[in-house]
Amino acid sequence: MSQKTCLYDNHVNCGGKIVDFAGWEMPINYGSQVEEHHQVRNDAGMFDVSHMTVVDLEGPAVKTFLQYLLANDVAKLKDSGKALYSAMLNEDGGVIDDLIVYYMNDSWFRMVVNAATRDKDLAWIDKQAASFDVSVTERSELAMVAVQGPNAREKAISVLPTDVAQAAGDLKRFVGVASGDWFIARTGYTGEDGFEIMLPEEKAPEFWDALAEAGVKPIGLGARDTLRLEAGMNLYGTDMDETTSPLTSNLGWTIAWEPEDRNFIGRDKIAAEKSAGVQQKLVGLVLEDKGVLRGHMKVVCADGEGETTSGSFSPSLKKSIALARVPVTIDDTCEVEIRNKLLKAKVVKPVFFREGKSCL
Amino acid sequence: MSEIPTDLRYTKSHEWVRLEEDGTVTVGITDHAQEALGDLVFVEPPEVGTDLAQGDACCVVESVKAASDIYMPINGEIVDTNPALTDEPEIINNSAYDDGWIFKIKPSDEDDIEQLMDASSYESEIEDE
Repeated sequence: MSQKTCLYDNHVNCGGKIVDFAGWEMPINYGSQVEEHHQVRNDAGMFDVSHMTVVDLEGPAVKTFLQYLLANDVAKLKDSGKALYSAMLNEDGGVIDDLIVYYMNDSWFRMVVNAATRDKDLAWIDKQAASFDVSVTERSELAMVAVQGPNAREKAISVLPTDVAQAAGDLKRFVGVASGDWFIARTGYTGEDGFEIMLPEEKAPEFWDALAEAGVKPIGLGARDTLRLEAGMNLYGTDMDETTSPLTSNLGWTIAWEPEDRNFIGRDKIAAEKSAGVQQKLVGLVLEDKGVLRGHMKVVCADGEGETTSGSFSPSLKKSIALARVPVTIDDTCEVEIRNKLLKAKVVKPVFFREGKSCL
Repeated sequence: MSEIPTDLRYTKSHEWVRLEEDGTVTVGITDHAQEALGDLVFVEPPEVGTDLAQGDACCVVESVKAASDIYMPINGEIVDTNPALTDEPEIINNSAYDDGWIFKIKPSDEDDIEQLMDASSYESEIEDE
């Protein structure tokens, strides 16, 4: 059964071309994916991300629980609203999902997980939470709109309710704040500044129209993917999954090894992998020949082979780029097999374009 | 509604075909096809001089979204490809039937074109999709 978000009619009214995404009827674009991409890089765009799963974790043991559940350490979060990006691992050290968790207060954390992994995530969290004094509540009545781009904050603030606008204006990067029944965070998935805004579903259609009125253009899932790829942000299920370790997924920086006595799920396995020597890593590729990189292409390098995990044409760089899992010994060049031809690619850090600038 | 010029012939795989005065046949993709593919970013043209049969995958167009094969609409030899598409594949999005032509064929038999769909058959074909 496919589901619709509360903004479905808004998408259709904006000319959105609707496709199935993880069981949700979502807009892939509203005309030109490339124009939408540039709109976010140059001005401001809005994304309906209401299909994503918001989970509130509450109770006296919530911090202890999250220190066990997540590979990153929520003890790093000292100020209310501060966000942390983390992987949630299984016992084999594979990635169940990647997520953002906000520290609200000592007995309340808010987590945002992927839509495609909702069922297994909730089942896993519930199962692990059973032995802790923690309640797990999905907030499916909240809509979520991401407003991203260099002018996104200013334009969003101009149409937010006064109290919410005040709170939003003061936000530092990677911090969120609750204001009445709204929640605004200065986070995103594009490599541009902006907000992710949670609000009651019934208020979302009107808010969407107000943003449009303020010059924020609707952006589909297509541009969301090229924007996140340029920003070097992983897509769950594509760049990593339960069969891949965070250490081979460019998620090593999100693992909190200290304090050494913090036992989190999957720690033993990834610690063993680390001490044995990690064999692969996730890198960025920039195609030097003409063509377009996609996922699952063979990468040939001096010491063996690897595989692209996501690839596309980068509208900002006007070149094709990819993320690829390759042997750790890879040089600064390699070849990628496209339709039985080997094409040259440059190996770079997996960040291509952020905040209006090339990272190459 | 996408544009379907009445003076062209069409294939089920969304190529259009035009018989030129010099007896060559120009091939491109339809307005409907370019719209479905979205912003085109790369064209891998067929090699000039190759003989191909109807239905052979001879060329690839890639949009931001995906790669898509272009098929030979009739038997023939590739005699020319559109050089402008190397640097500006988006011409196909802007002018699918004119500046966005992809390649030219010297047909084995000019009459083969008559077997292809006319505009009204193609229109009902895409309505059924």
